[in-house]
Amino acid sequence: MTRAPGLTISGSAKIDDATLFAPLTLNLDAGAWTCLLGGSGVGKTTVLRLIAGLETGAKFLGQITASDGLPVSDRVAYMAQDDLLLPWATVAQNVSLGARLRGEKPDLDRRDRLIKRMRLQDHMTKKPSELSGGQRQRVALARTLMEDRPIVLLDEPFSALDARTRADMQDLAAEALVGRTVLLVTHDPGEAARLGQSIVVMTEHGLTPCDPPHAPAPRSVDDLETLETQGALLRLLREDAA
Amino acid sequence: MRYLSALAATLFALLIWQGIVTLTGLPKFILPGPAVVAETWWQNRWLIAEHAWITAVEVVIGLAVGTVLGVITALQLANSRAARVLVQPMLVFTQALPVFALAPLLTLWLGYGLWSKVAMAVLIIYFPITSSFFDGLMRTPAGFLDLARTMQASKRSVLWYIRIPAALPSLASGMRLAAVYAPIGAVIGEWVGSSQGLGYLMLLANGRAKTDLMFAAMLTLGVFSILLHMIVRRATARMAGDGR
Repeated sequence: MTRAPGLTISGSAKIDDATLFAPLTLNLDAGAWTCLLGGSGVGKTTVLRLIAGLETGAKFLGQITASDGLPVSDRVAYMAQDDLLLPWATVAQNVSLGARLRGEKPDLDRRDRLIKRMRLQDHMTKKPSELSGGQRQRVALARTLMEDRPIVLLDEPFSALDARTRADMQDLAAEALVGRTVLLVTHDPGEAARLGQSIVVMTEHGLTPCDPPHAPAPRSVDDLETLETQGALLRLLREDAA
Repeated sequence: MRYLSALAATLFALLIWQGIVTLTGLPKFILPGPAVVAETWWQNRWLIAEHAWITAVEVVIGLAVGTVLGVITALQLANSRAARVLVQPMLVFTQALPVFALAPLLTLWLGYGLWSKVAMAVLIIYFPITSSFFDGLMRTPAGFLDLARTMQASKRSVLWYIRIPAALPSLASGMRLAAVYAPIGAVIGEWVGSSQGLGYLMLLANGRAKTDLMFAAMLTLGVFSILLHMIVRRATARMAGDGR
């Protein structure tokens, strides 16, 4: 992996003539987790998709720049709420999908190491339908790591999991993605409080930066300051909706 | 259990058939009973088999050629906007024409033999295959395409590794439909002009008031179509993801 750059996205987005979000500036610190917290419909997924260079249906006026001045969209890995595993391919094939799509030879040793790291070594030849939701999301994480990109964009990847599996996945992802520039889009204040090294709340009125807890991420689920932050974030979200 | 219920349904149908014959007292040349048809079938089994073989060959070749053409067309359509603009309306138009009306023309062009019937079968299945596979290719889940895009996949490898596999279940359902339609096409071709095949045998028997032979040929065609459908169903089970 090359050194992870910081990112700045600044601008506004419109869908037809309706404003999706007014001019805003979001900074992602190099090699750190930024959590973008917000309710549905405020355009947080649009921000992520713009960085990824994906179709958004919105017209974006502004720019997305990396601190090293190099192009952004070919250095991102993307993980969504839907694990996006190909149902006809095995776990191993899904993990090495990127290389195959680019017509490259996948690094099989690396693939096997990542599968092992995600504790999936007993499921290599299984199809996604034979796995649980948590296992499937671990395959998706292995596939993301296999891409080895300095920038990782996570679009609510843990929101469909049950509470215990979600906490496990948060720990695993935090550890696995250390050193990369990560943008996590989420609607869960608890998740933002556990994982964010910087936390930004997005509402119709724009972005509000919030102080993250002092403990290093991933923070323990019962850490007092983390729970307080969670409460403060939730209050911020609710106030704004009122 | 499945075989048992199929058996029960067959017996029930035979019972109704025999009931109508007994109650109405229709003569043999209008409506023969199941026993008479069975006897005629057995007496003419080699004749029927010979003609059934001809029809089977037409249908199988038609099915294979139609599937290949349909798959190629769908891929071209999915791959190029120009192809969609130019070819798609034509495709719908050919489907709007009654294939039956084309049969005499095909006999004129391709002659009395095998190929005019193959062409009929191809014409009748080409559209269902093309349109079902094309629909499948165009309905790739958007998330897969997003993921592929962030992986800098080429258009070609997206087609090969994602869009085609995702469309195989649709192709399978098109092929299953085609297995039912193809015999209809071949038999229409035989009706319009031929000296062989089950369609020809049915016309011949009808013309000579041998209604029992006509029924025997028709039921043979029905059984053949069901068998073909079952074979295609089984052959496409993996494609359709039945066990997935």
